[in-house]
Amino acid sequence: MKQLIAFVRKEFYHVFRDKRTLLIMFGLPVVQIILFGFALSSEVKNIGITVLDNAHDNNSEQIINRIKTSSYFLVKDPVLRYDDILEKFKEGGIKCALIFPSNFSEELSHFGRAEIQIITDGSDPNTATILVNYLTAIISSYQQQIKPAPGLSYQIVPQIRQLYNEEQNGSLNFIPGVIALIFMIVSTALTSVSIVREKELGTMEILLVSPLKPIMVLIAKTIPYLVLSVVNFIIILTLSVYLLDVHIKGSLVLIFAESILFIITCLSLGLLISNVTNSQQTAMLISMMGMMLPTLLFTGFMFPIENMPWIFQIISHIIPSSYYYIIIKAVMLKGLGFSFVWKETLVLAGMAVFLLTISLKNFKIRLS
Amino acid sequence: MNNKAIICQNLTKQFGKFKAVDQITFDVDQGEIFGFLGANGAGKTTAMRMLCGLSFPTSGKATVAGFDVYRQQEKIKASIGYMSQKFSLYENLTVMENIEFYGGVYGLSRSDIKKRSEDLVSTLGMSNEAKKLVGELPLGWKQKLAFSVAIFHRPKIVFLDEPTGGVDPITRRQFWDLIYEAAANGITVFVTTHYMDEAEYCKRISVMVDGRVEALDTPANLKRNYNTNSMDEVFFQLARRAQRSGD
Repeated sequence: MKQLIAFVRKEFYHVFRDKRTLLIMFGLPVVQIILFGFALSSEVKNIGITVLDNAHDNNSEQIINRIKTSSYFLVKDPVLRYDDILEKFKEGGIKCALIFPSNFSEELSHFGRAEIQIITDGSDPNTATILVNYLTAIISSYQQQIKPAPGLSYQIVPQIRQLYNEEQNGSLNFIPGVIALIFMIVSTALTSVSIVREKELGTMEILLVSPLKPIMVLIAKTIPYLVLSVVNFIIILTLSVYLLDVHIKGSLVLIFAESILFIITCLSLGLLISNVTNSQQTAMLISMMGMMLPTLLFTGFMFPIENMPWIFQIISHIIPSSYYYIIIKAVMLKGLGFSFVWKETLVLAGMAVFLLTISLKNFKIRLS
Repeated sequence: MNNKAIICQNLTKQFGKFKAVDQITFDVDQGEIFGFLGANGAGKTTAMRMLCGLSFPTSGKATVAGFDVYRQQEKIKASIGYMSQKFSLYENLTVMENIEFYGGVYGLSRSDIKKRSEDLVSTLGMSNEAKKLVGELPLGWKQKLAFSVAIFHRPKIVFLDEPTGGVDPITRRQFWDLIYEAAANGITVFVTTHYMDEAEYCKRISVMVDGRVEALDTPANLKRNYNTNSMDEVFFQLARRAQRSGD
């Protein structure tokens, strides 16, 4: 035990002395959260919009014309029925729909107030929000122009409905993804690199010649990264809640338990990588290309898996982060309990045991 | 039996059909400085790994510090020290932290570590550098420190794998003063080297060629037997017989 403590202390010295490691470990999560939360918005131009004009009067025509002349929108064939709009959304040709009630102008002139509906595609929340803002701006400028007299005004109130993500929070989708990504970086990449570094520098030999059991070496190597990953996780959660207004609906205990399971899976992956490679660069490359990229692409947090070719769907079933992503989304955002995610948890636990067994076995084989 | 630090009898390590170490037999006395020579690829490292408890022999017998290399690897590891040709110290830890780490890994008590490490830095004249990162020290100092750390837990035997690579002759001489001191304190020194002047410092040397021990004697006897007055020449005559090429 004393040996283990001495070792773990040494590992922490390494981490805190190495500015690059520190930067990757704590700078990256913060940057990613802020990037994904605020800065990463898709450019909006020539977005498909369809109009259901039940009014067909002067006012509605004028508004449609204004939309047509703006560079943001590309007005597609008008539709005749409400259901057609949903069809168009499914086809993917449009991202936004505008609906005028049949008595639009009458309401406006009689009550000074009329409602129109804006429907957007919530699976892409950032774009949806921007579209709504643009449309509202166009409408309110028209509203200013048709002012009947000073002091009086017409009010056109857009009723906004976002399909697929009624809460309209863009942070929701990516937070679990970013968490998975960070664990991949901190737990997998940094662990494998720290072990391979000892091989490269020759200090691993010293450790193996010492009376420390090989398994102790591995445990001592991974404990610091387990601790740091948990710290990181707390930072990300805090940032999400207080900076991005994400509401954590499910049980925090469950979220933590699942996260620790996933961290252990990542650490095992890191150990495995460190077994098969002897240079830090290779370890980094395998971690980045082999682990991070698939996490980014195939977990479904950036691109929906359902739309992918079957081969990619299979890949997404192989990588551990997909399961973690599903679990965290279900627990954190939907507030579901363990009974809804036990299958995914089981798969993840199976993967952890599997990876850990191979890497421990390999480590021993390498010794003799 | 008991006053021998290392005993090897027909020790063999085979990888498939390749005999990396081929029936080597020798023994090393306690407190002896034993030079273990051979060209690259002759099998030195493989032999040393078996003696350090890092790999199992294919056949043959060996005991290190009285412990069997097949069954008592853990006990062997606790009674030996090791310093490799690459650096054994962590560059981004301070001198003191390195010492504390190794002391901790070998299970020394906190008070022992404190007392011995203070002695160590003052003996090496590094009291002012104790809080400096090892990476900032000159190479010669690092190597002296690495050696001192390798014998910090007072092992019975210390294995040195090309300990002085890349160091100038004066520093090498100083390094050997440390080795002599350790040997005088009863620590057996098992050292591999490519420097023939270092070979002369050893009490006895063995020369490995193609996995076998081709010669084993004191430097003076070897020179006499090979009719030359330089160890270089002895080594050259022996190594020329090698069939397999170095790596």
